[in-house]
Amino acid sequence: MNKKNGEIIGINGNMITVAFDGNIIQNEVGYAITGNEKLKSEVIKIQGNNAFMQVFESTKGLKVGDSVEFTGDMLSVQLGPGILGMVYDGLQNPLNELAQKYGFFLKRGISLDALDFIKKWGFVPTVKVEDTVTGGNSIGYVVEDIFKHYIFIPFHYKGEYVIKSIVPKGDYTVEETIALIKDKRGSEKELKMYFDWPVKIPIISYREKMVPHEPLITQTRIIDTFFPVAKGGTYCIPGPFGAGKTVLQQVTSKYAEADIVIIAACGERAGEVVETLRTFPEIIDPRTGKFLMDRTIIICNTSSMPVAARDASVYTATTLGEYYRQMGLNVLLLADSTSRWAQAMRELSGRLEEIPGEEAFPAYLESRIAQFYERAGLVELNNRKIGSLTIGGTISPAGGNFEEPVTQSTLKVVGAFHGLSRDRSNARRYPAIHPLESWTKYNSFIPANLVNEAKSILFKGNEVHQMMLVVGEEGTSLDDFEIYLKSEFCDSVYLQQNSFDKVDGASSPERQKYVFKRVHEVLTKKFALKEKQEARRFFNKLRQLFIDWNYIDMKTDKFKVQEKLIMQLIEEYSGEVTESTEKVVGSFHDLAREVSSARIYPAVNHLERWSKSSDFAPGGLVDEVKSILFKGNEVHEIILDGGEEEIPIGDFVIYLKSEFFNSVSLKLSSIAKDDEVNSPERQKHIFTRVQEIITREFTLKEKQDATNFFDNLRQFFIDWINTKPDKFEDQEELITNFIKENSEDEESI
Amino acid sequence: MRKVYNKILSVAGNVITVKAGDISYEELAEITTQRGKSLAQVIKLENDIVSLQVFAGSQGISTNDEVRFLGNPMRVTFSDNMLGRIFNGSGIPRDKGPLLTDNLIQVAGPTVNPAKRIIPKRMIRTNIPMIDVFNSFVVSQKLPIFSVSGEPYNELLARIALQAEVDMIILGGIGLKYDEYMFFKNTLEEGGALSRSIFFIHTASDPIVEGLMVPDLSLAVAEKFALKGKNVLVLLTDMTNFADALKEIAITMEQVPSNRGYPGDLYSQLAARYEKAVDFEDAGSVTILAVTTMPGDDVTHPVPDNTGYITEGQFYLRNGRIEPFGSLSRLKQQVNDKTREDHRAIMDGMIQLYAQYIETEEKRAMGFRMNVWDKKLLKYGKLFESEMMDLSVNISLEKALDLGWEILADCFNPEETGMKSDLINKFWQKELS
Repeated sequence: MNKKNGEIIGINGNMITVAFDGNIIQNEVGYAITGNEKLKSEVIKIQGNNAFMQVFESTKGLKVGDSVEFTGDMLSVQLGPGILGMVYDGLQNPLNELAQKYGFFLKRGISLDALDFIKKWGFVPTVKVEDTVTGGNSIGYVVEDIFKHYIFIPFHYKGEYVIKSIVPKGDYTVEETIALIKDKRGSEKELKMYFDWPVKIPIISYREKMVPHEPLITQTRIIDTFFPVAKGGTYCIPGPFGAGKTVLQQVTSKYAEADIVIIAACGERAGEVVETLRTFPEIIDPRTGKFLMDRTIIICNTSSMPVAARDASVYTATTLGEYYRQMGLNVLLLADSTSRWAQAMRELSGRLEEIPGEEAFPAYLESRIAQFYERAGLVELNNRKIGSLTIGGTISPAGGNFEEPVTQSTLKVVGAFHGLSRDRSNARRYPAIHPLESWTKYNSFIPANLVNEAKSILFKGNEVHQMMLVVGEEGTSLDDFEIYLKSEFCDSVYLQQNSFDKVDGASSPERQKYVFKRVHEVLTKKFALKEKQEARRFFNKLRQLFIDWNYIDMKTDKFKVQEKLIMQLIEEYSGEVTESTEKVVGSFHDLAREVSSARIYPAVNHLERWSKSSDFAPGGLVDEVKSILFKGNEVHEIILDGGEEEIPIGDFVIYLKSEFFNSVSLKLSSIAKDDEVNSPERQKHIFTRVQEIITREFTLKEKQDATNFFDNLRQFFIDWINTKPDKFEDQEELITNFIKENSEDEESI
Repeated sequence: MRKVYNKILSVAGNVITVKAGDISYEELAEITTQRGKSLAQVIKLENDIVSLQVFAGSQGISTNDEVRFLGNPMRVTFSDNMLGRIFNGSGIPRDKGPLLTDNLIQVAGPTVNPAKRIIPKRMIRTNIPMIDVFNSFVVSQKLPIFSVSGEPYNELLARIALQAEVDMIILGGIGLKYDEYMFFKNTLEEGGALSRSIFFIHTASDPIVEGLMVPDLSLAVAEKFALKGKNVLVLLTDMTNFADALKEIAITMEQVPSNRGYPGDLYSQLAARYEKAVDFEDAGSVTILAVTTMPGDDVTHPVPDNTGYITEGQFYLRNGRIEPFGSLSRLKQQVNDKTREDHRAIMDGMIQLYAQYIETEEKRAMGFRMNVWDKKLLKYGKLFESEMMDLSVNISLEKALDLGWEILADCFNPEETGMKSDLINKFWQKELS
């Protein structure tokens, strides 16, 4: 290729105007030469004999009259083995290698080869001499970390070729010629393990593009269950700053069930990439048993790196994604953030003095965005294998307002919209995907009717909440209030997820199916709740149990135990006996039904049976205890009717005692038979102390004091049940002292 | 051979054009007018027409004034002699001290290779609970204080500068009022920190273009000191003035404005400065604390909006307090697990309860009946505001955590706080009430 030269006649920011002779190509790469530095540039507009070029580096020190060397090639990337695990800048310069060679700073005018030209790869040929091939066919493979990396005939080779020669199985560098092919007219071409591909041209060497149908698991509950993404689909995450876009992308990059994840850090903070850069090489991917970095490619063109290269970085990432899709892999491209890319276009458009569109973005913004997302897709390759490229882009809308050109243009072309809300992130409700505003066109692995029921509760709950802000809690009916509590419950135990926790951070599809069934059950169940305070208490308890459940590994026994606790609480407050609670309560359910009107009877009966069967109180509960429990229940009924004020303190204490007895005993009864910490002796001991409390007199003068006292006491006992053997006696002493302080006859203890 | 020209073709705003050859982009020139000398920088080249922005402004420039090109881009001196000195936006001393011309370094140099960055892990203690407990400040962080005129943001900045554990302080003042400049000088002097500080001060009465260079000068010097092993804290106040100067130049240059008159590259321009914050492996660090005043208290205004996308969080200073909502330190997760086991729990727990208090307070203001729980929240909110949020509170992180437990114990029962039981057992302050 003849090298043509031009001369700089104007400089404005990162754009130079170059006068040239002869022919040049749109998007051709040229180098502006200043001193001994060669600055990579790309032609973006041609007018007469002037070419407008964006320079991928700082233009400081360039002069009018400096020469420009054209290469004759469009802006391209090198495709071949050795891309996985690499960290590139927007022009595919390997950053780690640059760092090794040049230290802390990215010096101007320096570029390195994207691929390692020294490393030898074990090549296995899969074609023979005289085989007929065409562009996009593979002629062999090498093993790259976890995958077979197929070596292709470059995709743009049209027509049929015949293999003239091919190297035997063995170790070769990417630069060595491995095959010779000849086209029909007899001209020969040498093949290496890599070739260049222009980044702005999509790779379309496949049979057919299909409609995305299979969910791409991200292990984030709100996404997988409520707003799923499909393999080969597209989605966007717009959100104001601080709403958690980047954290969400990071979590996705870690846990998504894709074969390869490409992270395009486009014009965002360098610090954010660093975490990925430094941790991924050390985290083991549970799916492959290899390091996460082995399946990751990072394209890193952060905000202080040259703007023009930011524009290129998106295309570079997409091209690499398409390349690996050709191998029949599922690739996920995460672009953070597409707004910075759009801004790079805007800067350039401004320098070209184009007529601006909305908010000064160029008129072609929308079509560029559409072209980008359209490069995603689920495809059937020529060898009948299926590959996919999924694209998820974040958007950083100015002022957090979604009515801006980038968000609006993106919404037109994506399959799912995960809108982040500042309100939710201010309330620390992460991930801050707004459940009412977001949408998806893809299907979840959880049946749509169940999800829709949950969504409708969330929707109604929000309506009630809005109303409550106006009319207050007292102006809301109990039924509405319950719906509100249910929506809040669903939000806190299912939609919210702690991405920093090992267990809660990643929720497998099995777990999501399992837990969602329970959540759905709560959402659709009618509970026997008599007033709002009780409803609030009940849902608070339930929420706490579910949240704790979220932190328990599904494979452990504790998971089942916690579930049992949850089911018991649900049973306790359930208006009707349902199938699932039956299983837990087992043989007690008939008893419970007999006396269904009074909430406490089944509990007492249950406890009586349990205490007998486990030999805690061989003759059943002491009559005195039993009568206090029943009395407590009567008081409870009065309280429910709103008569708390009239109840004397003595009766109120009895009520508190019965509540105390119920919760502690329930906790005791939920202990597994073979629990290591809690031996039967220990359980019995605790139970004796519980009964003791019921029959004891306390010096409680005020209802508030009494409530506090029993709340504390309950907490102490529950902690006691959980304490390790070595702290068991300390805790008992604590309890004894606490009781002593509030007791009538201090001497006797 | 330096080139001298004395035919100025046009003067518009603070931009002049001359006809000249062999001029490099971003080269400096010196203009001698009847008022004195001023620096100017090349911002556009078109054939042999050179556009320059004049740091001292264009007032009084005569079409036959002398323009002398210096043959180099903007540079600044770098040496230990700078400590305790005060410079203006052109890098010239504004105290009475001697001119420093040795060891000139380039400003706005290349960016740090992301592959050479390390995960930040050192906390900077400020003894302000709203920062230390709730949004820990971390070495190499870039963080703006979002505020409005009239708030004590410069006082806060000065206090953090004095109390933070850093080796050096570089103050970059852009459009600073003269008395604010004196305030910084006096405060650091009284605190005994002047000898480890360097000031680059552009006051409101100085020509606006000069303010444009202040962040670059401050950060270039900071970066060099960091490479020599110093932990440098750079204070920039007020970056909105910087953005406004950018806007002025852009409009003079007839660039298409993108949003409220600001140039389309505002984000990149701000990022180029803020991204200088770095922690060098085996050397020092640059940490940036800036002030961004929000015109009209509007966070969606282009300057705070773009800033928020660049920086690693932000502090909202409102009514003399650092707001717990909206304020965020993105790097706190890196450090607050290594301080004390209850740090994260207190941080989350107290904010969640405070959020509930705000809701209750709204209800109360609308005249709804307050139940027992509401009353507890009201008590808590008042305590939280007076004991924690008030900027006069000056206590260590550990004391602040203890105080947090005290406030909780004062207002709630343990299980109402949503705290894990093992933390309650260990830290609850009112064990045998």
